[in-house]
Amino acid sequence: MEITLNHVLFLSTALFFVGVYGFLTRRNVITMLMSVELLLNSVNINFIAFNKYLYADKLDGVFFTLFLIAIAAAEAAVAIAIIINIYRNYNSIDVDDVDSLKW
Amino acid sequence: MVSMTGDFKIILIPLLPLLSFLLLGIFGRKYLRGSSGLIGTLSLLSSTLLSFSVACNYFFVSGKVNGVFQQLVVLKQTWLEFSPGVTIDMGFLVDPISVMMIVIVTFISLMVHIYSLGYMKGEERFATYYAFLSLFTFSMLGLVLSSNIFQIYIFWELVGVSSYLLIGFYFDRQSAVAAAKKAFIVTRFADLGFLIGILVLSFGAETLDFKTLIDRLTTSTPQLQSMITTSFLGVSSLTWGLLLVFAGGAGKSAMFPLHIWLPDAMEGPTPVSALIHAATMVVAGVYLVARLFPVFAISVPGALHVVGYVGALSALFAAVIACTQTDIKRVLAYSTMSQIGYMMFALGVSGYGGEHGLGYMASMFHLFTHAMFKALLFLGAGAVIHYVHSNEMVDMGGLRSKMPVTHLTFLIACLAISGIPPFAGFFSKEEILTAAFENNKLIYGVALFTSGLTAFYMFRLYFSIFWKKDFHSDHHGEGPWTMKLPLLLLGVLAVIAGFAPFSHYVTSDGKGLETAVNVSFSVAPVLFAITGILIAMQLYKSENAVPDKIAGAFGSFYTWTLHKFYIDELYLFVTKKLIFNLVGRPSAWIDRNIVDGGVNLSADLTEDTSSLIRSWQSGNLQQYAVWFFAAIIGVVVIFMLIWK
Repeated sequence: MEITLNHVLFLSTALFFVGVYGFLTRRNVITMLMSVELLLNSVNINFIAFNKYLYADKLDGVFFTLFLIAIAAAEAAVAIAIIINIYRNYNSIDVDDVDSLKW
Repeated sequence: MVSMTGDFKIILIPLLPLLSFLLLGIFGRKYLRGSSGLIGTLSLLSSTLLSFSVACNYFFVSGKVNGVFQQLVVLKQTWLEFSPGVTIDMGFLVDPISVMMIVIVTFISLMVHIYSLGYMKGEERFATYYAFLSLFTFSMLGLVLSSNIFQIYIFWELVGVSSYLLIGFYFDRQSAVAAAKKAFIVTRFADLGFLIGILVLSFGAETLDFKTLIDRLTTSTPQLQSMITTSFLGVSSLTWGLLLVFAGGAGKSAMFPLHIWLPDAMEGPTPVSALIHAATMVVAGVYLVARLFPVFAISVPGALHVVGYVGALSALFAAVIACTQTDIKRVLAYSTMSQIGYMMFALGVSGYGGEHGLGYMASMFHLFTHAMFKALLFLGAGAVIHYVHSNEMVDMGGLRSKMPVTHLTFLIACLAISGIPPFAGFFSKEEILTAAFENNKLIYGVALFTSGLTAFYMFRLYFSIFWKKDFHSDHHGEGPWTMKLPLLLLGVLAVIAGFAPFSHYVTSDGKGLETAVNVSFSVAPVLFAITGILIAMQLYKSENAVPDKIAGAFGSFYTWTLHKFYIDELYLFVTKKLIFNLVGRPSAWIDRNIVDGGVNLSADLTEDTSSLIRSWQSGNLQQYAVWFFAAIIGVVVIFMLIWK
């Protein structure tokens, strides 16, 4: 069976919603960060797939993906720094405990 | 022309009181307690000497060019420039009336300063008192020397403020506070008219400078034409402007119906009353009308008639009230109002230039002599009050042997104000009556009757204080020499001031005027005055029941007069009942319910909305994320539906 664009898009959509689900349901901040990485990766897959199937003679999608990986790395660094600070202040990395920003 | 040193002197005249005000106001209470009176008096003494020298120089040496006294502006400085044509120039105006006024103001103020050394001795706020006196003198000197109508307004308000401070000097007394506020508010109310008048006149004449303004509004210029043709409610804008300016003057000069502050202003220390009544403040209104006199007389005689009738009415009205008052200072206050009325109607019946300008000259002459004898009366009354510790006539009587100096000088002043020859008041009143007789018989009649009344109430006062009954007291003496010296000096002046050849120097057009006392004309007023004196003597020289009977015979008229014709009550009725209820309360209601209501409504709406939606801010990150994704999906759905 040949793998078409639709298969790949199905995979990336599934990955995206797995990420959304994880982001909304897990209480552990690190797990939520991992879910965000899933979201980013699903977008990466989309870029690669569209590039490969629709515009095979161009490389724009590939470059965007490379950028995204770099950004994801930077984002992970910032996020982990924030998480360490959260832990220092609340002695917990459970997102339910971090709810002091409210009315 | 005035030389450089002359300019310098003129600056110093108002500047010295200002300096002493600053010095005493800032350092007086702490460091200069003992010497503050001396500092104030010495600075004013220098001012007085300077103004005498300026006056001598102006009147006898340099003022006259080709037989006409010149109007000079010295030290002219452009203060504000709106456009090349419209500027406000500050300067010192030197002309016969301003020079005459600086002499009167500094001299009377000096007398008051010396007198206060004794009168206010031991006062807790002695230094403050002298600071305020200096400020008052400075303001008045600045007012008379102002070269433009805007500058005069500044000093006009300064006079108002300093009178407020002095009338309310005993601020621990409720009545003094009320009187100070009353004086300030009433004159301020009149000043509103003055301000509008200034705006109208200066807008029409396109200048604020007195000299230019008078030139433009008395010769046929485009400005005069446009002011005459522009009209509001059927009255030309020129007339409006002058009448409004006169309203301001009437407020300061306590003309009917804006006189109500004057009797209450007696709450201030007595020397202050002397200053307010004789030389400063109340004559400011007369001075203002005199300053703009050419415009009144040449361009709008109608406005001048208003001045005349208001003056005559005030003169009569105040004289009638003065006959019934029992507080000696109040009697004097009403007599001031009456005499200022004389000055006003003298201006009102006058014309411009030459023989027609007799009223103008008479008014200024009366201002001059009145300053002497009215200051004397008040200072004498102060000495009496100092001795008796009461303002009421019933507590006095038989003081002539206890206070010989006061008695003599007070008698001189009473004779002077009654117009008995050869005392000062006779000459000036004579000129006023002559001017009135020639121009307006009605006003002449009123003035003649009033002069009889004046003599009556002044001698009622005199006999009640110094005769009537024996005064039993082993009291301290008459007062220190600082109190007697001004009395004696003023007493001498009240005798001789009338002989000054005033008409040669101060006239409406600057040219000298020959006046002579016409004996046959003088008979009537002098007879009236003597009749008044004789009646007063009959009634008040010894204690008897006749005055009460006469008062009873007048019935309700007497009661009305005793209550000053209920003018105060009328004002209270208008302000408290009518204005408060019809304007004040509705405006307060609108402010509270509609203006505030609108603001409160928007605040309430915001608050309600926020409390409704504030639970959305849970602080829970994942809840926010749900909203975020939901919104994204919503946007996506919308875009998909629109951009199919």
